[in-house]
Amino acid sequence: MSPELGHFALILALVVALVQGSLPLLGAARGRPGWMAVGEPAAVAQFACVLIAFLVLIQAYLVSDFTVLNVVENSHSTKPLLYKITGAWGNHEGSMVLWVLILALFGAAVALFGRNLPPSLRARVLSVQAWISLGFLSFTLLTSNPFERVFPPPADGQDLNPLLQDPGLAFHPPMLYTGYVGFSIVFAFAVAALLEGRVDAAWARWVRPWTLAAWVFLTGGIALGSWWAYYELGWGGWWFWDPVENVSFMPWLLGTALLHSAIVVEKRDALKAWTILLAILTFSLSLIGTFVVRSGLLTSVHSFAVDPTRGLYILLLLAIAIGGSLLLFAIRAPAMKGGGLFAPVSREGGLVLNNLLLGTATATVLIGTLYPLFLEALGGERVSVGPPFFNLTFVPLMMPLVLVMGAGLLLPWKRADLAGLLGRLKVAIALAVVGALAALWLYDGTPVLAVLWVGLAVWLAAGTLTEWAERVHLFRAPAADSWRRARQLPRSAYGATFAHLGLAIALAGMIGASTGKQEAVELLRPGETLSLAGYDYRLEGVERTRGPNWVANTATFAVSRDGRPVATLRPERRLYLVTNRDTTEAAIHTTGLVDLYAVIGEPSESESGAWIVRIYHEPLVPWMWAGALVMMLGGLLSLSDRRLRVGAPRRAARDGALAQPAE
Amino acid sequence: MRRLATRSFAALVLAALLLPALLLPALLLSGGACAVLPGERLDDPVLEARARDISAEIRCVVCQNESIDSSGAGIAQDMRVLIRERLSAGDSDAQVKDFLVARYGDYVLLRPPFASYTLLLWLGPVLVLLLGGLGAALYLRGGRGAGAGAGPLSAEERGRLARLSGAGDDAAPRE
Amino acid sequence: MTLRILLGALPLAIFLAAAGFFLWGLDPERDPSEIPSALIGNPAPDFELGPIPGSQTPGLSRADLAGEGPVLVNVFASWCVPCRAEHGVLTELADEGVRLVGIDYKDKPEDALAYLAELGNPYERIGADLSGRVGIEWGISGVPETFVLDREGRVVYRHVGPIMAPEVERRIRPALERAAR
Repeated sequence: MSPELGHFALILALVVALVQGSLPLLGAARGRPGWMAVGEPAAVAQFACVLIAFLVLIQAYLVSDFTVLNVVENSHSTKPLLYKITGAWGNHEGSMVLWVLILALFGAAVALFGRNLPPSLRARVLSVQAWISLGFLSFTLLTSNPFERVFPPPADGQDLNPLLQDPGLAFHPPMLYTGYVGFSIVFAFAVAALLEGRVDAAWARWVRPWTLAAWVFLTGGIALGSWWAYYELGWGGWWFWDPVENVSFMPWLLGTALLHSAIVVEKRDALKAWTILLAILTFSLSLIGTFVVRSGLLTSVHSFAVDPTRGLYILLLLAIAIGGSLLLFAIRAPAMKGGGLFAPVSREGGLVLNNLLLGTATATVLIGTLYPLFLEALGGERVSVGPPFFNLTFVPLMMPLVLVMGAGLLLPWKRADLAGLLGRLKVAIALAVVGALAALWLYDGTPVLAVLWVGLAVWLAAGTLTEWAERVHLFRAPAADSWRRARQLPRSAYGATFAHLGLAIALAGMIGASTGKQEAVELLRPGETLSLAGYDYRLEGVERTRGPNWVANTATFAVSRDGRPVATLRPERRLYLVTNRDTTEAAIHTTGLVDLYAVIGEPSESESGAWIVRIYHEPLVPWMWAGALVMMLGGLLSLSDRRLRVGAPRRAARDGALAQPAE
Repeated sequence: MRRLATRSFAALVLAALLLPALLLPALLLSGGACAVLPGERLDDPVLEARARDISAEIRCVVCQNESIDSSGAGIAQDMRVLIRERLSAGDSDAQVKDFLVARYGDYVLLRPPFASYTLLLWLGPVLVLLLGGLGAALYLRGGRGAGAGAGPLSAEERGRLARLSGAGDDAAPRE
Repeated sequence: MTLRILLGALPLAIFLAAAGFFLWGLDPERDPSEIPSALIGNPAPDFELGPIPGSQTPGLSRADLAGEGPVLVNVFASWCVPCRAEHGVLTELADEGVRLVGIDYKDKPEDALAYLAELGNPYERIGADLSGRVGIEWGISGVPETFVLDREGRVVYRHVGPIMAPEVERRIRPALERAAR
């Protein structure tokens, strides 16, 4: 296939987006069903066009078409097949096509699954979505065309950055973008609601599954990125508070807040303006993230090639999308009336506190990330805001949040009785105290804060399970009765339970990894042994190995504990021949409770025959990934709940009951 | 009853605000660790631990957002060696950091100093929390707050809630 | 109601302010990784370096920097590719009569000698910083870096990266003029 076909498909998608962005919107304003109905086929057609462009790009990579500049710059004929495919989005231009593809996919999904939305709302949502497409399609075409040809074509390509030649590239960006970009639908729903001038429980109900879907993917994308950094960077770090990580984390924090505030709108008809604002801001932060990564505004480990025109173009898009929607909000929000009444100590009150803390946490990350830029612009000192800042500000904010979370699911709507609540939670409180004391006793010299965190993690898990136990009458009813109740609980209830439980598990992992990490760095000759945390690592030897486009020193470690063999670890230090760059490939053996992590370094300069060897003992790290998986499972369970299924409810059916809430 | 509820909520918010404040000084999350080479290490484990803690808070000036503790760059290694020299010579942690700041500016500190130009950085989050907390409190107290209406659910409300939450069964209307 | 209107407009106001900063940050002249030297306006750091072993050129210490009017202190190394690029420009400046001294950063003496033999030696003095320790005293983050000092030995300007012809006119000469005052 010729690359021009891909280029043409992108242009076609732009034209389709133009139609999709105008006709349905006009139709909704003037009440013309025919115009509104253009939205769905247009959304599907737009997706088809971008898909063709995407496939053409992949094809160019697969056949190593070195007449295409993008392929020349990021591929090589000897690169393994998987990385030829994933390399298509391992660069700025290609990743923009993926970005737009996912955007169009969500638009098409609304067209296909949103059949139960009122036609005017659906038309407006699709139009707003098309406007975002329009912005990013034109950006791709005008500033970042991946199909540009080069003449004369070089004999071979320049190969992909070796750090990216990893299965992580296959999953991390698509998943992260699906999360990031998925919030565009939520944004479109919010803008559409502002245009319609109507926000009610039904609206919240329609928005929630999309929020949930985006949230699940973003959770997965962030966890995958963290996991990738953990095994690829070779020193067992898993979160660096780098600007690029921060900008993916902020939409997650705010998206989590949105997920919770939408519940209040749905069930209690309150917090409406706030929820709309959260919906706008969550996607705005995604956009700002895209801007920061691609404009070279901040120094970061992984930013794309810097080009000021690109930055300027995205800033223009930001100004239109974010500025426009916030202006609309400023006009419409003051007239929005809140509904339900509730006491401060209640499910609603808890969710307000959740939003307050998550909002503050987001603001903290935002301030920390952008502060160096602000200060520089004002002509002040140049400062660096690194992990120690976030550990001092963000981490403490999570403490009260987890504290509230533990009791959150037990709080009744409207008003709760605090004394009674604590009574129901006495087992959880006792378990938390026991857990903290156990940590203190088991690990001599554990920092006070770590002890507190252990208590909090146990509290969260125990509090969450208490709610489930109450609902199924565990130990209070015959086992068969409890079993029947457990099966009859709605999936959305299990969703919340799993999501909260997942966070408790992930927290345990973070505590273990942060406080229990041990390392040993030594010069080792083959045959020598290094001991760390009860495990013996015997260096069997180092041999020269080669792969398709690299050569490596591969070490073999026999790991044993008290003389019993545990695992064989084979870390590598690779040299990629085309780019002449090194990577460390750590070898990790996990027992479920601890990761045994080995890295082979350079041969020693001073002592011949010896190698620099790094061994890390990383307790509970696998729990972080397991926790993220459980959280995602919770989201998926909730998503699969019949009541929440995309577009299921119909506003008209309940209009009588809901249109005018008690005011 | 209502006053009690408001007060307990206030206590909750207060706890939420104070808890982190009380714990601010000694924080966990020991940065990380690693590019330290075998030859660099000090024999005295206490000094070595101090060197590691300082290194984790010093930015590698040629890398992007990496501490010298985790960087493999040459100048990061030189700075790690320098820190160990100064500690061995009897410098305090603060003196070592001041030495580096005098040569590289505040930029080398991954934890910015608390100064007039970083006031908004350090107090910004607190400010957001306080203002947000004030807003939330006003919202809860104001018209829609725990007014007389916050009694038990009315039959109509309960019915609506049941339909919306579909507690257990599929009470929500489907087409 | 007024409060509601103000609150409703607050997010927009915050965004517009941030967008202003973003716009400023996109200035193509701005390099976010370029950090002003902490030494500007301060005396040069105290240091004493011996000559490159085997070289006729004398070593360098702080005492050599003050007294005789503006001086360029150039940190270089034979292994640094951009240093080769700026070598010709530096030689021209030295030929014009600008005082130029060098710090040979983390170099093997034999490599440094070969480098100077090949490209010529425009430096009045060269201190050999074998360990890189003095480089840290000067707060360098890489090579090449060049400092402009006034007659009292105070740092007036620091240039990161190679000095090419346009930089001489735009940055180095104005800095030398300031230093001469």
